[in-house]
Amino acid sequence: MNLDDLATQPGEWLRGDGPLSEIVISSRIRLARNLVGFPFLGKATATQRRELQRILRDRIKTLKVDDDVFYVEIDRSEELDRQLLVERHLISRQHAEGDGSRGVAVSGRETVALMVNEEDHLRIQVIRSGLQLDEAWQDINHIDDAIEEDVEYAFHEQYGYLTACLTNVGTGIRVSVMLHLPALKLTGELERVFRAAKDMRLAIRGLHGEGTEATGDFYQVSNQITLGRSEEEIIDDFKNGVIPKIIEYETRARDLLVREKSSALDDRIFRALGALENARTVSSEETLFLLSHVRMGVNLGRLDSVDLKTVNDLFLMTQPAHLQKLRGERLTGEERSIARAEYIRQRLAGGGNNNNNN
Amino acid sequence: MICQRCKKRKATVHLTDLINSENRDLCEQCAVEEGITFKQHVPIKELLTDLVMSQAGAQEMADLCCDDCGTTFADFRNHGLLGCPNDYIAFGEALGPLIARVQHEGRHHVGKVPAAAGAGVKRQHELMRLRRELSNAVETEDYEVAARLRDEISAMETSS
Repeated sequence: MNLDDLATQPGEWLRGDGPLSEIVISSRIRLARNLVGFPFLGKATATQRRELQRILRDRIKTLKVDDDVFYVEIDRSEELDRQLLVERHLISRQHAEGDGSRGVAVSGRETVALMVNEEDHLRIQVIRSGLQLDEAWQDINHIDDAIEEDVEYAFHEQYGYLTACLTNVGTGIRVSVMLHLPALKLTGELERVFRAAKDMRLAIRGLHGEGTEATGDFYQVSNQITLGRSEEEIIDDFKNGVIPKIIEYETRARDLLVREKSSALDDRIFRALGALENARTVSSEETLFLLSHVRMGVNLGRLDSVDLKTVNDLFLMTQPAHLQKLRGERLTGEERSIARAEYIRQRLAGGGNNNNNN
Repeated sequence: MICQRCKKRKATVHLTDLINSENRDLCEQCAVEEGITFKQHVPIKELLTDLVMSQAGAQEMADLCCDDCGTTFADFRNHGLLGCPNDYIAFGEALGPLIARVQHEGRHHVGKVPAAAGAGVKRQHELMRLRRELSNAVETEDYEVAARLRDEISAMETSS
């Protein structure tokens, strides 16, 4: 398993078969950890960074997760590979663009990713399809325990797990649930979602996390508070608090559209499909916008000529680095738009992705 | 294209209202003001600078320095990131109010404790958690849970 294999198949969490996956794309949890005896990375020397990477990499190598783990040294990898990892949510943009020795360990099914030397020494991430926060917490808690058998984490009696930034101190946990909310966008009711999240002191962001736009009607809800509440309490805010509420709003908006605006809704869906089936050049932004409507059409049973898996694949594979990996060459923006349109037409016409016909 | 609302800035948000069959073109700022899109996260650095500058005795605090990594409080203020775990101790009093602000009044860790943190710390956290849960249980009038928690707490206290 390596990065080239990764480029041709979607990760486990994008299979779209998790609970409530018609609205909840994924459940993600990450833990920020630092080792005692080292400064945080802003103050670490090149030698210390290498030493940190050696210690953590050795530890990760012997981790028992349910499938193979491969390690990528980010500072030695191609720009395109780094971008690919960002597009798959396996590393942050900051990690891709950073300096000095750093890396990421990824499990073959992409449910686990461990970033070494990002903002903190170690950032563990577990991602699952649909709404599966308890399962994700169970997994990550277990991995965290296993790593801790061999390394000592920086921990303070009052402040908990110590992190480079005050926004992560305490539990070091960031819970993020990615939602697809096309109906609320169409009915102009997204404000209700923002309010619900704000009431729970949760942040809402776009597709790729902090500071990104909400494209394709995807929204990420994540906790802001990491100190003073336990991991379970934080997860509970999502599981029994804000997420069921948002799901209810979106479901109601979808029902309303089907009931009272079915022609306008179908028009939206089939125009999007028509554009994707016929476009000769298409930007990634427009693709997200169109796919979002097609995805809603599939989920509402308005559209049966396309399956959800194909739609999910397309979201992933039409991103710039993925396209270039598939083509095996670097492409300019204009060439990518043409290649993207071609790829989409081929997939929608029933043409499979070689590694992906199972 | 010019924003239809302020008629000044460039329209970058294009909105189609399916219910009222309306099309609107807005600039980013107007879209935020109308609650259609959301403002980007306030960068932690700005937040910190504002907070620290408004703190009494900001100047004396700026000179606080960590013996372990040489980071001064002024460095932290400029970069928004701490230099090493010991900064949490070295900047102690200066950091406390900032943490409480950033963490929405969270001041004490509750939750997972590393096994290596020592039984004393672990016990203390466990007690804190139990007490917290107890107060929640009492608040929600869940007396069965409250009774169980009370037993657990007293067992922990007598075992020390």
